Amino acid sequence: MSSKPESISIWFFVGILLAFYGLVITAEGLYHLVVPPAREVVLAWLHADLWWGALLFAAGLFYGYHFAPRNHDSQVALKPKDDA
Amino acid sequence: MSGPLLFAVAAPAESLFSLGAADLVIIAAYFAMVLAIGLYLKGRTQTGDDFFMAGREMTAWIAGLSFLSANLGSLELMGWAAASYQYGLLAVHWYWIGAIPAMLFLGIVMMPFYYISKTHSVPGYLQLRFGESSRALAAVSFAVMTVLMSGINMYSMALVMKVVLGWDINFSIWVSSLTVAAYVALGGLRSAIFNEVLQFVLIWAGALLIPILGLYEAGGWAGLQARIAEQLGRTDFTHAWSTLGRFQDNPMGVHWTGIVFGLGWVISFGYWTTDFLVVQRVLAAKDLRAAKMAPIIGAGFKMMVPFIVILPGLLGLALLPEKLTGEAEAVATGGHSYNEVLPLMLARYCGPGLLGLGITALIAGFMAGMAGNVSAFATVWTYDLYRAFIKPDASDAHYVAMGRWCTILGVLASIGTAYLVMEFQSIMDYVQALFSFFIAPLFGTVILGMLWKRATSAGGFWGLLAGTVSSIAMWLWVKLDPSALRYVALSPDAKDMAENLYRGLWSWIICVVVTVAVSLATKPKPDADLVGLVYGCTAIPSEQDVALWERPIFWAGVVAVVFVALNLYFW
Repeated sequence: MSSKPESISIWFFVGILLAFYGLVITAEGLYHLVVPPAREVVLAWLHADLWWGALLFAAGLFYGYHFAPRNHDSQVALKPKDDA
Repeated sequence: MSGPLLFAVAAPAESLFSLGAADLVIIAAYFAMVLAIGLYLKGRTQTGDDFFMAGREMTAWIAGLSFLSANLGSLELMGWAAASYQYGLLAVHWYWIGAIPAMLFLGIVMMPFYYISKTHSVPGYLQLRFGESSRALAAVSFAVMTVLMSGINMYSMALVMKVVLGWDINFSIWVSSLTVAAYVALGGLRSAIFNEVLQFVLIWAGALLIPILGLYEAGGWAGLQARIAEQLGRTDFTHAWSTLGRFQDNPMGVHWTGIVFGLGWVISFGYWTTDFLVVQRVLAAKDLRAAKMAPIIGAGFKMMVPFIVILPGLLGLALLPEKLTGEAEAVATGGHSYNEVLPLMLARYCGPGLLGLGITALIAGFMAGMAGNVSAFATVWTYDLYRAFIKPDASDAHYVAMGRWCTILGVLASIGTAYLVMEFQSIMDYVQALFSFFIAPLFGTVILGMLWKRATSAGGFWGLLAGTVSSIAMWLWVKLDPSALRYVALSPDAKDMAENLYRGLWSWIICVVVTVAVSLATKPKPDADLVGLVYGCTAIPSEQDVALWERPIFWAGVVAVVFVALNLYFW
C-alpha cells in the first residue's frame, strides 16, 4: 500500500492559472476602456481582451472548483480507478 | 518532427514589441506555477516507477494531451506558421497525413505490444525483442541526439526571445533551463506530463484568438482565399493536394509520392510510433485501454492544431501589410522574416495582457518541450545504459537518484550545446539531419519486431545498423555531390524537405530488406520467448464486453473519417 498523499488533479492547477490570467486580462481590458493603450491593435473595437479574459476566468473558475482537492469524487486525473 | 527552423542567423538589434506590467505578471505567474507543481509532485515521486513512468497511472486524456504536447513546442508552432506563409496549405500535411494515420496505428496496432511487454522505453522493447546490441545502438543514438536537440531548441528559443522581446540570450537560456531542471528533477516524468498538459491549454488560450480575429478580418475562409489569390495571382496556396502531381508545380518541390510514402508512411510512422520522447507519455497510461485511447485522443486534437498554426501563416500572407522574406534578406533589409509571422499576427490583434498570454504560451511550449527531452533522456540513460551496462544491481532508490542527477546533467549538457551552436551555427543543420538518420530505420526494426515473429536478433541489429548507415551515406552523397539529389529524391528540383522524405523512405526499405534477409539466414527465437512482444504470440485482451463508444477502434474510426473529410475539403 502506498503512503503517497492524496493527489491533486492537473486540471485544478490549470483552472487556477486560467482564472488568474482571465482576471488580469479582463482588468487590463477594463482599464484600457478608460485609458487607451499606447499601441492600438487591429479590431480594437471588438475588445477581445474583455470577452476573452472573461471566458478564461469562467473556464478557470469551473475547473478550479470542479477539481479542487476537497472534491474527492471528481478527482479524475491521477487515481488509478477513475477516468476522465 | 521539428519545424522548418528558424532564426539561423544573427538577430536584429530591435525587438518586435515590448511587454507591459500585466504581461510580465502573466509570465511570472507561469514560472511560479510550474515550480509549485514540481514541489508538490516531489512528495508523490518516491519510486523508480513514479519518477520514470509517472507511476503508470495517467488517464487516457492526460496521456493523450501529453503525447501531443511533447511535439507541440513553440519552435514547431512558429516554424510551421512560417512554412504555411511560404508554401501555403501544403504545410498542413505535416499535421494530417504526416501524423494522424501513424497515431491511430500506434494506438490500435502497436500499443498492445509496448504496453503488455511492460517495457519502460522503446530501446527497452528492442532489448526484449532483439537483445542487448539493438538496445545499445538505439539507446546511445537516442540519448546523444536528445541532448543535442534539446540544446539546439534552447538556443533557437533564446534567439526567438531576443528577436521578439529583446531579451538577453544568456538570460533566456539560464532562467528557462534551470526552471525545467528544477521541476523535472523534483517530479520526474509526472512533472513533465503535468506541464505538458498545462502548456497545451496555454497554447490554445494564447493562440486561438489569432485565427478567430483573423478570419473575421479576412471575411471568412472564402475571403481569405480571395485575398491570397489576389495578392499572389495564383490559387494553389490554399489547396493541399491539387499541386502535388509534379515536382515543379509547387513551391516545396515535392511530389505526392514523397508526401504519401516518405512523410505519411516512413517519417511519420517512425516519429510517432518509435520516438521515445512521445511514446513515453503513452507508456505512462494506467491500463491498456487508456494506452490505446491516448494516441487516438492526441490524433483528434492534432487535426485541429493547423487552426492555430497553419491558418495564422495564411492569414499573415493575406492581411499583413509588409511582405515577409527569408531570414538573410530580412536581416539585410531590416524587414521581417517568414519566421516572425506568428509573433507579428499576435502583435496585430493582442494588446497588453493578451500579448503576455501569447508570449507565455511560446515560453511554455519551449519549456515543456525541453522537459520532455530531459525526462526521456533520464529514462533511457538510467534504465537502458546505466542499469543495463554499468551498474545492474543497484537499489530502486539509487536509480531514482541517478535519474534526478542525469536530469540536471542533461540540462547542463543542453546548455553546453546551446552555447556551442551559438559559436558554430552550422552545427544546427548537421544535428537536425542526424536526428532524421535514426528515426526511419528504427521504425523498420520495431514494426518487423512486432508483426513478424520470424525476425531474429541478428536481423534486427543488422537491419537497424544498415538503415542508419545508408541514411548517413545518402546525406553525405548529396552534400558532396548535389547532383545526386536526382537519385536520392528522384528529382533535381527537390528541396531539402523533399530530400529528407525520400532519404527516410530509402533507409527504411534498406532496413527492412536487411532485417528480412539476415533473419531468414539465422535461427529464430522460439515462440515461447516472444509472448507479449509479437503479433501471433500475444493474447490481446478482448474488448467485446465494452460498449461500442468506449472502444478505441470506434474512436479511431471517427478520427479517420474526419481526417479523410478534411483532406477532401481542402484538396
